[in-house]
Amino acid sequence: MAVAVVCGAMLAISPLVIASADYESTMGLVQKIFYYHMPSAWIFLTASIVCGVASIRYLMTGDPRHDRTALAAGELVVVFGLLTLVTGPLWARKAWGTFWIWDARTTSSLVSWMIACAYLILRRYGGPGSEKLAAALALFGMANVPFIYISVNYWRTIHPATSVVPKLPFTMGFPLWFCVITFALLFIVLLKLRVRVEEQQARVDALYLSLDER
Amino acid sequence: MIRVAWLILRKDLTVEVRSKEIVYTTLFFAVSCVLVFAFALVREGRGPEDGAAGILWIAVMFAGNLALGRTFERERQSETLRALLLAPASRPAVYVGKLLGILVLLFGAELLLVPLVALLFQARLLSHPFWLTAIMTTGTVGFAAVGTLFAAMLVRARSRDVLLPVLLYPITVPVIIAGVRGTATLLQPELDAGIIRFWFALLVTFDVVFVTLALWTFEAVMTD
Repeated sequence: MAVAVVCGAMLAISPLVIASADYESTMGLVQKIFYYHMPSAWIFLTASIVCGVASIRYLMTGDPRHDRTALAAGELVVVFGLLTLVTGPLWARKAWGTFWIWDARTTSSLVSWMIACAYLILRRYGGPGSEKLAAALALFGMANVPFIYISVNYWRTIHPATSVVPKLPFTMGFPLWFCVITFALLFIVLLKLRVRVEEQQARVDALYLSLDER
Repeated sequence: MIRVAWLILRKDLTVEVRSKEIVYTTLFFAVSCVLVFAFALVREGRGPEDGAAGILWIAVMFAGNLALGRTFERERQSETLRALLLAPASRPAVYVGKLLGILVLLFGAELLLVPLVALLFQARLLSHPFWLTAIMTTGTVGFAAVGTLFAAMLVRARSRDVLLPVLLYPITVPVIIAGVRGTATLLQPELDAGIIRFWFALLVTFDVVFVTLALWTFEAVMTD
């Protein structure tokens, strides 16, 4: 609960923090979208890893707790992925002169986002027993990303590397890290909430079942 | 294990030789795909640059999707997949047997598709037969390895016909990229051996990783 309050407050003041940051010399105002783009991209990646790891553990143990975590993380992959994929092109229009370029990062992000969507579609419409199939899909999706990355990277890549981050001046670094922490907290809060909803759903289902048996 | 896989392959081929249903539908569908692309893209006898490589792979993937769906639909109709899984055979062997069956079908389709695309798009597909075979084989194995696993898993799922392409195409993106780029390299007037070796190595790595993963997942997923 306390985390949720802190996270909400940080999210509320984040526009002010971002507004206080210096203007980037060539891109001006548009560059500020980067303060939301990069944190959401990092959380997108984190959520994908959480989903993949939870899926593997579910496949190995069959414990439904891991499955619930995987589902919650899978939904957040779609949410944060969408944020990343919307803010990215807005920035790219100014920086690269075009909304979309098929480079390694953009392509692998798009494909992992599509795999996460396929994951949710499978969970939603696959019917009973689709949890294991979805877990296998998540596993394959995770194994897929390096291949896409390497294959597209072989053409050409123009996406800025994350190695610029430590070199940022304080006035730009502070808002960035502020947003990263905000988004990380947001991710934790949403993940916990979503897992709780699933847990309660499972408990309600179990109660109904026991009622029927009586 | 090899014997079980061989028996399953022989069973699939025998069923197919008797009905010829999947062979005919898949081949006809693949050919009509290529024709549609030819009508849409070929102008004055020539297709767009590198177009032939893309169209060849799209046709293979569409046909593969159809063949995968039908192969496992047949197993579902008379509950024979359950019988296969109940038989005292190891799960990986069952997977390998089904995979080999799909591969035979797809290689057959490719034998027809490659000359057809080369003809309709006036592409120099056949000028490097060794590399073409290498790229087509490794790419098809990668696609079929993932496809066989997903088609088998989806046998018991609802709306399986729609879900198979929805799941399969995003996962096989690396195969498409490497296959199309590799084949497009072969269309160049001068073969760049370094580039073609890179795509071939990527496809081989993909095959090894995904066949291994599929063998492990098949065991975990196909248990009730």
